[in-house]
Amino acid sequence: MKSEITIKMARCKGCGICVAFCPKQVLALSELSKVYVKDGEACIACGQCELRCPDYAIFVDKKVSQ
Amino acid sequence: MNKPRLMQGNEACAEGAIAAGVRFFGGYPITPSTEIAETMAKLLPQVGGKFVQMEDEIASIGAVLGASLAGKKSLTATSGPGFSLKQELIGYAACAEIPAVIVDVQRVGPSTGQPTSPSQGDVMQARWGTHGDHPMIALAPWTVREAYDAAILAVNFSERFRTPVILLMDEIVGHLRERVVLPEPNEIETYPRRKPKCTRAEGYQPYTPDDDLVPNVANFGEGYHIHVTGLIHDETGFPVGSPKITEDSIRRLHEKIMRAEDEVIRYDEFFMDDAEYVVLSYGGVSRTSYEAVEKARAKGLKVGMLRLMTVWPFADKIVAKIAKRVKGILVPELNYGQLVHEVERAAAGQCHVELLAKYNMEIFTPQEIEDAIEKLCARGDK
Amino acid sequence: MRSFEKYFRQNRLPHLWCPGCGNGIAMKAIVQAVERKGFTQDNTVIVSGIGCSSRASGYMDFDTLHTAHGRAIPFATGIKLANPELNVIVITGDGDCTAIGGNHFIHGARRNVDLTVVLFNNDIYGMTGGQASPMTPLNKKATTAPYGTVDRPFDACHLAQAAGATFVARSTAYHVTHLTDMIEKGLSNKGFSLIEAVVQCPTAYGRKNKMSDPSKMMMWMRDNAVMKAAWDKLPAGDRGEKFEIGVLYEDQYTDYAAAYEEVIDKAGGNK
Repeated sequence: MKSEITIKMARCKGCGICVAFCPKQVLALSELSKVYVKDGEACIACGQCELRCPDYAIFVDKKVSQ
Repeated sequence: MNKPRLMQGNEACAEGAIAAGVRFFGGYPITPSTEIAETMAKLLPQVGGKFVQMEDEIASIGAVLGASLAGKKSLTATSGPGFSLKQELIGYAACAEIPAVIVDVQRVGPSTGQPTSPSQGDVMQARWGTHGDHPMIALAPWTVREAYDAAILAVNFSERFRTPVILLMDEIVGHLRERVVLPEPNEIETYPRRKPKCTRAEGYQPYTPDDDLVPNVANFGEGYHIHVTGLIHDETGFPVGSPKITEDSIRRLHEKIMRAEDEVIRYDEFFMDDAEYVVLSYGGVSRTSYEAVEKARAKGLKVGMLRLMTVWPFADKIVAKIAKRVKGILVPELNYGQLVHEVERAAAGQCHVELLAKYNMEIFTPQEIEDAIEKLCARGDK
Repeated sequence: MRSFEKYFRQNRLPHLWCPGCGNGIAMKAIVQAVERKGFTQDNTVIVSGIGCSSRASGYMDFDTLHTAHGRAIPFATGIKLANPELNVIVITGDGDCTAIGGNHFIHGARRNVDLTVVLFNNDIYGMTGGQASPMTPLNKKATTAPYGTVDRPFDACHLAQAAGATFVARSTAYHVTHLTDMIEKGLSNKGFSLIEAVVQCPTAYGRKNKMSDPSKMMMWMRDNAVMKAAWDKLPAGDRGEKFEIGVLYEDQYTDYAAAYEEVIDKAGGNK
C-alpha cells in the first residue's frame, strides 16, 4: 500500500462523496452506509476523499518508505 | 458643585448614559427620541466612544448587543414603532444575558399614531413585548435630572444583572427643558462589567451563575472561547434540549432579578402619612399628579402620592401595603389603561382602584387630576 | 489529527448537518483560511445568524455568537467597532443573508465594515425543510414553490459589489482549495468581504429537484462553475446554467472603524 487511510467511523454519515470522487475506486459504502476501504492497494493517496468529506471522517497519508 | 444647566430630558438621558460608562450607541432616527442619538453622535467620540447610525431599528439593537459582548457598555434609543421592531432582540438579550439599555421615549400609538405627542402606551410592551417568559426592568423618570440618573441606574442594572433594561421615557420628559444641576463625576456610582472568576483551564463556564444567580460571562476577545446563543443553553452556553435545563434557565432569569427587587424597585412617597386616598403615578404624568395632589391637600383632602420610578418589576408589595390602609387609589395614565391593571392586581380588592385615562395627544391638566381626586374622595367608602 | 482540527470544538462533533451537506466543507475551508492567515483563536470571533449554515459557529473553537435570524451582520458590526483588534467572520446562509438580513447585508457592505462574510448558498431554507429562498434559481421546486419558483433570484455577489463591498468572490464546495483561497483573500481585505460558497443541500433542495445525490450535486458544480477569466469570454448565449467563480470584484476603501477613528480625532476623543 502506498498510503494509509484513516476513517473516523463515528463521524461518517455515509454520504458517498468520498466514494464518488475516488479516481481509483478504493472506497465503498457498507451495508450500514459507512465508508470502508475496499481496495487499499489501488490508493494513490491523491486525497480527493479527504478534501471533500463534509464530516472530516476520512484522512489519507502517503506512506513514507522505511 | 456643577453649574446649573438648561437641559432637555433626552440630552440628560444621553449624558447620563455616558457618565455611566456607555461607549457605544447604535441608533435610528425616530421622533421623539432622536435628540438622544444626536447627542450621542456628538459626545461619544469626544470620550473615545462610537456612535453608529444603523440602517434600521433592528440593526441598532443588534449592533448594541454585539458591542456589549465585545466589552463596551452599550445603549440604543427609540420610540414606540422602533421599540416594537427591537423586541425580538430584547428577548435575545434576556436569554443570552447581554447587558444593554433600550430607551423608549413613548409617543401616541398604535402604529405611527401621533409621533410628536406624549403617551404612556408602551408600558405593557416594555414588559411583554418580546416573546416567551422573561423578567424585565423598566425605569420611568419624571424630571430631566432623573432622566440623567435613571440612565445611569439603567446601565448599572443591565451590568449588574446582565439583562436588557428599558428606560421608559415619555415625550413629556424627553422634550422637557429644565434647570438641572448634574452630579460631579465622583458622586456617580457605576457598576463595572462582571469578570470571569476562573480561567478556562480551571473549568470556566460562561453561564455558571454566581451567588447572585447572575453569570460572569467573559467578553469576546479575552481568550475564553465562549459560545453565545439565543437558544436555551446550559452553563456551557451550548444549546440543550433538556426540559429540566429549560425550566431551570427560565426560572433563574426571573429569580436573579426578583430576589433583588428591593434593590431594583425605586419609588417616592409624598404626603402619605395620613393619606386616605393615593394617586399612583409614573413618568411625566407624575408632574401633573404632584401639583394636583398639592392642591387637593390645600383643600384639606387627605391625599397622598406614590410615584413609581421602577415600573417593572411592578411594586406589588408596596402597592399591596398601601391598598390595605387607604380607601382608594387613583391611577392617571396617558393611555387607555395599562398599569392600572397591575395596581388592581396588587391591591387585590383591599381598596377601590380608579383609572383616569387620557389618550388624545394632550397631557393631563392638574385640574383634571384634581377633579378625579375629589370624585374619588367623595365615594367615601372603603 | 489534522492541524485544522484544533479550530473545532471536538466535543461538539460530529455536526448536525445531513449526510452529504456541503456546509461541513465550507466550514473546514474557513478554519483552513484562518490557519493560513495566522489568526489566533483568541483574536477571532465567529458570528452567525439562524439556519443550517449558522449552526457552524457552535462547532468552531473561538468566541462564537449564534445570533437571531438575519442579524449576524449588525451584531458583527457592533463587535468590530467595539474592539477593532478582533477578526470578525460572519457565517450566514442565502435566506439569512439576503432575505430577512438583506438590509443589514447591503448596509454592512456600504459602510465597508471590516468583516469577512461567508455566505453558505445552498439555494434553499434547509432548517425549516426546504422553502424557496431569494437565491433559489428560477423554476426550481421548493415546498413553498411546488410548481417551481417564479421569483427572480438575487446574485449576492452583484448585490454586495453594488452596495460597496471591497472584496467579492465566489467558489463552491467542489472547489474546496479554491474556496479556501477565496476566504483567505477575504480575510486579508481590510473592509467588507463577501465570499459566496455554493454548497449542496441534497436533503431539502436536491431531492425536490432531481439531484438527491450529494456527489452528483458537486459534479454539477464542477461542470458549471467557470473561472472568472473564462466566464468573461463566454458568450452570453453559451452561459446557460453556468456561473462564475473566483475573485469577482476588488476595491480599496477606508474601512468603517478606521474612518470612525478620524471622527474621534476630530471630536478630540483621542487626546
